Amino acid sequence: MLPSYVPVLILALVAIGFSAFTLGLSQLLGKPRPNPAKNSVYECGVPPIGTARERFPIKFYMICMIFILLDVDAAFLYPWALVFRDLGVFGFLEMGAFMLLLGGGFTYAWKVGAFDW
Amino acid sequence: MDLTAQLIGGLGLPPFLVAALAGILPAVLLITFMALGPIVYVYAETKIAGFMQDRIGPKRVGPHGMLQTVADAVKLLFKEAIFPASADKFLFTLAPCLVVVGAFLSFVVIPFGSRVQGADLNIGVFYVVAVSSLSTVGLIMAGWASNNKYALFGAMRSAAQIVSYEIPAVMSLVVVVMMVGSLSLKDIVEAQQGGLPYWIVWRYFPLNVILFLVFFTATLAECNRAPFDIPEAESELVAGFHTEYSGFFFAMFFMAEYTEMVVLSAVASVLFFGGPLAPHMALQTIGGVGLGPFWLIAKAWTLVFVMMWLRWTLPRLRVDQLMHVAWKVLLPISLALVVVIGGLTLVLPRGFPVVDRIVGWPIVLGIFAMLVVGVLRAVQWSRRRIQEMAA
Repeated sequence: MLPSYVPVLILALVAIGFSAFTLGLSQLLGKPRPNPAKNSVYECGVPPIGTARERFPIKFYMICMIFILLDVDAAFLYPWALVFRDLGVFGFLEMGAFMLLLGGGFTYAWKVGAFDW
Repeated sequence: MDLTAQLIGGLGLPPFLVAALAGILPAVLLITFMALGPIVYVYAETKIAGFMQDRIGPKRVGPHGMLQTVADAVKLLFKEAIFPASADKFLFTLAPCLVVVGAFLSFVVIPFGSRVQGADLNIGVFYVVAVSSLSTVGLIMAGWASNNKYALFGAMRSAAQIVSYEIPAVMSLVVVVMMVGSLSLKDIVEAQQGGLPYWIVWRYFPLNVILFLVFFTATLAECNRAPFDIPEAESELVAGFHTEYSGFFFAMFFMAEYTEMVVLSAVASVLFFGGPLAPHMALQTIGGVGLGPFWLIAKAWTLVFVMMWLRWTLPRLRVDQLMHVAWKVLLPISLALVVVIGGLTLVLPRGFPVVDRIVGWPIVLGIFAMLVVGVLRAVQWSRRRIQEMAA
């Protein structure tokens, strides 16, 4: 009777309301009593050196890029998987070619050392 | 949803009120289930941890320490939430909300029974994958907004980890979708009708068991649970992305972690273990009352128990080992399974003829029975030891 996404929307609203309510409640119940030492960034008890707005290793970018590539491929696989039975052998071979390309790229990335952390 | 509408419809209320209540009641019920759930799970986890480490676990508050987590929750609610002076206040507050909402949202598509389901989306599986990655954004946001090096590193590592394990998980979901030919979780459940031997894990006998193990390992890593709890590795990163969080802001992350464990276990039980279907047709209803929710929750909690059990059995992996497992072990296996099971689905759409029905489940049930017996004997042993210690 309701369009199928309405429950998702309602649940999202209720969940946002729930988290806002509990966080607000905890702010009311536990009165903030700030002081400079308490509000400084935790760095094992010593005064923090610099900020955390620094550069981080390139490995993260590598992983991120390969993830995007493979995830997009996975997203392509879903519609194929849905109609897989109807497409029959032709669809399977087509996707086999796609997977072969994907596997080739994956092997290349592996050999180049993209996955060596 | 429709069930609630029918139930309320009997009361003779005006139609717009019925429509509103039919939407809001299930949402409120689900939220209550999810918000109060962690109290049970944390209690279970502390008790299981205590048992596995030969201690007693919580004991003082309430009978058998049952009110311990309630007391903890109340304490966290009354604690002051500290905002670091250099933090980005807006993102710092938004992050826990986002993580919790991301974890909660996937619940809407879980079929608790043939008619007890928040929404039967036709893209169900895809929706779960999409929504559960929302919490990754929340984690990075938390780590970055804290302006703390430990938090930032924890967040980056956890994002890299979740992202790496996402791919094997998504690939193994593709295989299930391929076998069923539908993304809707309801259709996936219906494809497994007929009792225990017809569940998807047993199809193409050893292959789908491997598939399930790949998926389960990946979900374990996506929940940041041990042995994949690098982001929270105390010895390296203090507390990872939630180092700077305190009070209920911290509790939100905790809640999200446990909710995510339950959600992903529920998804795994729907995809592989028939979800709300009983092991035997005769157990599906008792006196006309459907037992779907009972079976789903029982299966999901069994998987959650396995997760807790693994936490106390396996040592934590190092970051490079973690990446190795994701990219060089799980991903090739899942890619190969897509092709192999895909080919098999074309030739034998209903699985191997005889093997599936008679080989898989007795072996696994045997292992399960051994596990139960082992746990019971261990309980007896620890009881006896407590008595000896007291004497």
